[in-house]
Amino acid sequence: MSEIEQIRQLERKSKMRNAVWTTAVFVLLILWAIIVLFPFYWMLLTSLKSYGSYNSEYVPKFYTLSLTIENYIKAFTAVPLARYFSNTIIFTLITTGLMMLVVVLSAFAFSRLEFKGKNLVFTLFLSLMMIPNELVVITNFVTITNAGLRNSFAGLILPSVTSIFYIYLLKENFEQIPEELYKAAKVDGTSDFKYLWKVMIPICRPTIVTVLILKVIECWNAYVWPRLITDDENYFLVSNGIQTIRESGFGRENIPAMMAAVVVISVPLIIIFLIFHKKIMEGVSRGGTKG
Amino acid sequence: MKIVLEHLTKKFISRHNKNEIVTAVNDFDFEIPDGKLIGLLGPSGCGKSTTLNLICGLETPTSGKIYFGDLDVTNLPPENRGVGMVFQNYALYPHLSVRANILFPLENLKGADRLSKEAMEEKAMEAAKLVQIDELMERKPNELSGGQQQRVAIARALVKTPGVLLLDEPLSNLDARLRLQTREQIRRIQKETGITTIFVTHDQEEAMSISDLIIVMKAGILQQMGQPQEVYNDPVNLFVAQFLGNPAINVFDGSVRDHKVYIGEDCVGERNVEDQEVSVGIRPEAFIPDEKGPFRCVFDRVETTGRDTSIVCHNEHCVSDEDVRAIVAADEKLNNKDGIIRFSLKPYKVHVFSKKDETVIHE
Amino acid sequence: MNNKNNLKGWLYLLPAMIFIGIFMVYPLFDVFVYSFEEGYNFASQTYQGIGLYNYSYVLHDPYFLQAIKNTFILVIITVPLSTTVALLISLALNSIKKLKDLFQTIFFLPYVTNTLAVGLVFMILFKKTAYSEGLVNLLLNSFGIASIDFIEGPYWAKMFVLCFYTIWIVLPFKILILTSALASVNKDYYNVARVDGTSRWRIFYKITLPMISPSLFYLVITGFIGAFKAYSDVVALFGIDLNAAGMNTIVGYVYDMLYGNSGGYPSFASAAALILFAIVLTITVINLLVSRKNVHYQ
Repeated sequence: MSEIEQIRQLERKSKMRNAVWTTAVFVLLILWAIIVLFPFYWMLLTSLKSYGSYNSEYVPKFYTLSLTIENYIKAFTAVPLARYFSNTIIFTLITTGLMMLVVVLSAFAFSRLEFKGKNLVFTLFLSLMMIPNELVVITNFVTITNAGLRNSFAGLILPSVTSIFYIYLLKENFEQIPEELYKAAKVDGTSDFKYLWKVMIPICRPTIVTVLILKVIECWNAYVWPRLITDDENYFLVSNGIQTIRESGFGRENIPAMMAAVVVISVPLIIIFLIFHKKIMEGVSRGGTKG
Repeated sequence: MKIVLEHLTKKFISRHNKNEIVTAVNDFDFEIPDGKLIGLLGPSGCGKSTTLNLICGLETPTSGKIYFGDLDVTNLPPENRGVGMVFQNYALYPHLSVRANILFPLENLKGADRLSKEAMEEKAMEAAKLVQIDELMERKPNELSGGQQQRVAIARALVKTPGVLLLDEPLSNLDARLRLQTREQIRRIQKETGITTIFVTHDQEEAMSISDLIIVMKAGILQQMGQPQEVYNDPVNLFVAQFLGNPAINVFDGSVRDHKVYIGEDCVGERNVEDQEVSVGIRPEAFIPDEKGPFRCVFDRVETTGRDTSIVCHNEHCVSDEDVRAIVAADEKLNNKDGIIRFSLKPYKVHVFSKKDETVIHE
Repeated sequence: MNNKNNLKGWLYLLPAMIFIGIFMVYPLFDVFVYSFEEGYNFASQTYQGIGLYNYSYVLHDPYFLQAIKNTFILVIITVPLSTTVALLISLALNSIKKLKDLFQTIFFLPYVTNTLAVGLVFMILFKKTAYSEGLVNLLLNSFGIASIDFIEGPYWAKMFVLCFYTIWIVLPFKILILTSALASVNKDYYNVARVDGTSRWRIFYKITLPMISPSLFYLVITGFIGAFKAYSDVVALFGIDLNAAGMNTIVGYVYDMLYGNSGGYPSFASAAALILFAIVLTITVINLLVSRKNVHYQ
C-alpha cells in the first residue's frame, strides 16, 4: 500500500470514529433528499406512462419500461398549454425588464446623486417594504378593473413591476463602488447616464443578474394577481393554467396528461436553477424571502 | 508537566492536489522540560500550529507518540489531556460575560469533578485576578480592548489549572505597544503559575524576548532548539541564522581557501576545512570600523535611530539584501576614504555555512 | 446648479415613484377607506355610509372564522416544526464535507418550483380515488393502517397534508439561511469548547444556538408572516373553492371576496385584509419583544 493510501485511510479512520453519528446524519439527509426529489420523480414517471397503463395499475409501479409521449402531445393539444407558456414568457420578460429599468435608475439616484429630500424618500421606501401585498392588492384590483385593463398584459404587468427590496439591494451594491471612480468620471466629463451604463452596471453585474433571476422566478410562479385580474383563458399564465387543468382539463382523471403539463411548466425553472444554483442561493440568502 | 514528543509526524493529503502529501510535522523527537515557557518559532505555514494542535489533541498524529509526564496521551481526546488553549483570535464567546466565559470550562465538569457554585466562582475570580481583569467580570467581550480580551482568554484557559498551556500566536492581533506589555504579562503569568507553556509565533523578537527555550521550525522540520541567546549566537544552519535577529544577518557569497575564509579578496576568518564555496553570515553588530580592518565595503550612508547608528554600505558579494547593514556605537569614528570603508569583524559574530547543505561550519 | 441637480435626482426616481405611488401608497390609504364604507357597490361605485359594519360582517362570517381557525392551526404547527426540522437538517449538512453541495442544491429545489404545479403532484400522491388508493395510502396500508382520503376526507387529514406541503415549500429558504449562519460560526469556538471538554449537547445549546440566534429569530418572524399569508399552496391542494373544502385561509377569504360576482366586495375584503394585518403586526411585535431577551446580536 502506498503512503498516500495509508494517510487517506488514517484520515478516514479519524472521521469514522463517530460512525454512528455520521450514519445518522446521512440517513437524515438522504431521507429528506428523497422527500424533496420524490414528487419530481413521480411527476416525470407518471407523465411518461400511458393513460391506460396508469389506470390499470392499482398499485402504481415505481418505474416504467413503456415510455410514451402521448401525454405531452395531449397536454399541448387538449388545453392551450402553449398559450399559457407564451403568455408567461411575455409577462416575465416585460415585467422583469421594466422592473430592472425602474430599479437601476432609482438605485443610482439613491446611491450617487445628491438632491433635496433623498433621505426622506428612501426612508419612506424602506418602510413600504413592510407592507404586505394583501393590503394593496384590493385597491389595485379596483384600479385595474376601472381602467378597463382586466384580461390584458398591461393589467397583469403594471402592478407587478415594483420591487422595493431590489432597489435597496442594488443601492447597497452601487454604494460599494468607490466614490473616486465617480469623481474621476465627472472630471473626464462623463455624463451621469453614461457613467451608470458604462461603469456601475458592469461592476455590479453579479447583483443585477441575481436580481434578474429572482424576479424571473417570482414572475414564473405568479398566481394570486393573475388569477384576480384574468378570467379569459387567452391571458392565463402557467399557474392559472395548471389550476384550470386541475379543475377541468382533460376530463377530471387524466392524471398522466396533467403530470405532463406539470413537467412542462416546471422544467424551465429547474433548468435555470441548475445553471445558476450558486447565484440563486447566494441571492436568496442575501435577503430574499419566499413570495 | 514535561512533554515528550516521540517521532511525531503529521501528514495531510494536499487540499489542492489529491495525490500530494504535505508533511506538516516531520519526525519531531524531543522533550520539553517542565515549567518552562517555550516559543515555537517559524515562518507562516511551517507547521507550528499543527504541532500545537497535535499537542492539545485537536488533531491526531500520522505516527509517533506524545507523552505528558509519563502518560501516553497520543490517543486521548483533547478534553482528557488537561490542556488549556488560547486561540489566535481568542475565541471568547461573544454572547457571554467575562465571568461566564471564565466559568465555562468549570461548568463542563461532571460527576465527582464538579465543583460547588461557590468554589467555581472562587476559582474564576482567582484566574481573573491572576491576569488582572477582575474588575471587568460583568462586561461582554466586545466591550473589552484587544489586550483585555487576550487576558480573558488566558484566564479561561487557566481556570481548570491545566498541566500545559498552549497559546497560538497570542500577540499577533495586538498593536505594537500592547504587544510589549502583553508579552511581559504572559511571562509573569507563566512564572507565577509554573505551568509548562508553549506559544506559537512567527515573530522572532517576541520569541527571543520571553522564552526560556525556543524551537525553530521550517517546513515541518525542527531546525534547532535551545535557549534564545544560544540559538542566536550559534545557529546550526543558514535558515536559523537568517530567521533570528533584527536587523537580519548579512549574508555573502564566499569561499574557503587554505583554511581561510574569503569574501571576494578579503579574508574574514578561518575555518579548518577543505577548500569550498561557502555562505558567510555576518551579524550587523559584528562590524567595527577600522582603518586597517580586512573587510571592505562601498560606503553609502549613515542612519541614526535613537541609540543605534547603522552604517549602510554595499558589497558586490552580499546576497541577503542590496544593503549591508552594520550597527556600531554612536561615538565610533568613521574612516571613509574614496568611498571605501573598512571593518574588522568580531569573529564569534561571523558564521560560515556550507553551500551544499547550508549547515554551519565550525572552526 | 443645485436646482438642476435636484431635478435630475427626482427624474431618475420618477419611474419608481409613479409605480410605487399608484400601486402601493395610494392603495394603502384606500384600503382603509374601503373598509369603512358600508354597503359599497362595485358596479355603481357608491356606498351608503361610513362605519364599522364591514368589520362586524367579516367577524361574524362563519367562513372567515373558519379561515382564521385554519390559518392559526397552520401557523402554530408549521412555524415551529419547519424551523426545527430546518435546524436539524442544517446541522446535519454542516457536519459533512462530502456531498454537501449536492445535498444543499437538492434541498433548495422546492424554492424554485411552481407552488401550484407541485401541489398538484402532492394532491395526487395523497388522494384516494375509486380505482386507486394513492401512493401515500398504499404506504400506510403496508404498515397496517387503513386508507384515509387526505384531500376530501376528514379535517385533520386535510390539515396534515397542508402542513406537510407547507413545510416542504418553506424549508429550502430556512435551510439555506441556517446553513450559512452555522457555517459562519468561527470553528475556533468549537475547538476551544472541545479542549475545555464541553459535551456535544452543551456546545449546541450554549454556543451554537446563541450564535445563530439572529438568523433563527429572523426565520421565526418571516415564518410567522409567511404562514399567516398562506394561500396558493392551499389552492394547489384543495382547489379554488376553499370555502366548500372547509380549508380556506384569511388571504383566501380576502381574494374570494374580490373574486366573487361582478367585482365582488372590496369593502369586506379590505376589512378582512386589515384584520389580517393587525394579527400579523401583533405577532411580530410580540416576537420582537421576546427576542430582546433571547437573541444575541454581535
